Amino acid sequence: MNWFTKLLTSTLGRKLMMALTGLFLILFLVVHLIGNLQLLKHDGGEAFNVYAKFMTSNPLIKTVSYVNYACILIHIIWALLLTMHNRKARGSEGYAVSKNSSAWTSRNMGILGTFILIFLVIHLQGFWAKMHWGNIPVKVYDGQEVKDLYAVVAFAYSNILWVAIYVFSMLVLAFHLWHGFASTFQTLGLNHLKYNQPIRFVGRAFSIIVPVLFAIIPIVMYLTTPH
Amino acid sequence: MKITLKIWRQKNNTSKGAFKVYQHEHVSEDMSFLEMLDVLNNELVVKGEEPVAFDHDCREGICGMCSLYINGRPHGPQQTTTCQLHMRTFKDGETIVVEPWRAKAFPVVKDLVVDRTAFDRIQQAGGYVSVNTGGVPDGNAIPIPKKVADEAMDAAQCIGCGACVAACKNASAMLFTSAKISQLALLPQGQAERKERAEKMVAQMDAEGFGACTNTGACEAECPKGISLTNIARMNREYFMATLTSYEVQAKGDGA
Ligand code: HEM
Ligand code: SF4
Ligand code: FES
Repeated sequence: MNWFTKLLTSTLGRKLMMALTGLFLILFLVVHLIGNLQLLKHDGGEAFNVYAKFMTSNPLIKTVSYVNYACILIHIIWALLLTMHNRKARGSEGYAVSKNSSAWTSRNMGILGTFILIFLVIHLQGFWAKMHWGNIPVKVYDGQEVKDLYAVVAFAYSNILWVAIYVFSMLVLAFHLWHGFASTFQTLGLNHLKYNQPIRFVGRAFSIIVPVLFAIIPIVMYLTTPH
Repeated sequence: MKITLKIWRQKNNTSKGAFKVYQHEHVSEDMSFLEMLDVLNNELVVKGEEPVAFDHDCREGICGMCSLYINGRPHGPQQTTTCQLHMRTFKDGETIVVEPWRAKAFPVVKDLVVDRTAFDRIQQAGGYVSVNTGGVPDGNAIPIPKKVADEAMDAAQCIGCGACVAACKNASAMLFTSAKISQLALLPQGQAERKERAEKMVAQMDAEGFGACTNTGACEAECPKGISLTNIARMNREYFMATLTSYEVQAKGDGA
């Protein structure tokens, strides 16, 4: 086999793909979060709408977003390939008694990922597809027409069910990252006595802070909309 | 002490196995787990039954032959080899479940014996240093920092028992393979074949059908020789660098 395909398809190579795409998705989460936090400004959604318009029209951002879609797809497909390969490697006969000495999150990345995937589908067709192709009311800021995505979001999060789904999904994401963040560095071979502790600490902090900030937004929006 | 044993019995590789329950009345707490099985087998032979097949050799914790998945953990409740596990670790009247290693690359040969030659083939694929014959080199002709030598020595502790594979939810052999790659990659003598070694051993590991690593750390927690996950990170580094920069265009595994 060609050395390059080998690099991508060997067990180590597949892990490399998972780690690189996972790391990119972590970066994406940060950018996404900064945008979402605009929802909490008391300006009737202006800051958020301008940001959403910028994100869907700026050519550089558009290019990066294609990379991002590719990363999500690769992450999912490679996750499936790996999980199937790993199941097969275990063999047909399981253990009758098994006391596992590893962390729950690390053993359930596939299940956690599947929940994230379900959330992604709901999330994308709810907001992303609407923003791109849907019929959204338009607002005018400084003479510029901007789609009022804020109204769509505000409407969704006046419903407690959507808020609950969102908060649950962020909990799942937190668990995925609890293992995933530090795991990426191990996969990439970036393991060193000097840096292991800081990486672990930053990973744990990230996996709590980021999902919590994401989850606070719909909660605040729900509480501040008149019912 | 008296114990109840639930042991996996399987005639051969093609037949279907099942658990069989044995009441063991003559157990001393000073016996090792293997000696306890010896006594059981003596009684079975006297009764005209087929003794339980299990692997063992040195019984000193250095050869890596003994295996056994005992009460849900490879080598039982302690981080030692089964030959170094003593019956005082168990309670009087306890039921002990004994299973073989489970992994597709470790097929059951009989009862509790599994075929671990996949490990030998990984080792043969590149876990060596080619040396010229001739005079013995001077003691300190090849300088190496003590810390690095220690690190290599720690990796070299691996006895190839397969507990890491048995413990891993993916039946991954990465702890074993990474220990073997590390031990030589760290030493000056291992440099000449460093890249080729990483590529070939990983290729062979994949060809044997072992799983990939999810970094759960179950292997490290069960390894009787304290091989650490650092070695897996090192293997990842070695492999990625080797694949990207080696002159080898092909690295094939030709195992099962
Ligand atoms: C925003 C979304 C996501 C982020 C930030 C993310 C991040 C990560 C990270 C950092 C890792 C660790 C990689 C490594 O161990 O080297 C990982 C592993 C994993 N992810 Fe995700 N992920 C996301 C979505 C998903 C989705 C949608 C799925 C599944 C359909 C998924 C399935 C998995 C699986 C199965 C693993 C473990 C692979 C293994 O080591 O065996 N992830 N993820
Ligand atoms: S790494 Fe540890 S558990 Fe795995 S084969 Fe070597 S000694 Fe056994
Ligand atoms: S019999 Fe040699 S290590 Fe247990």
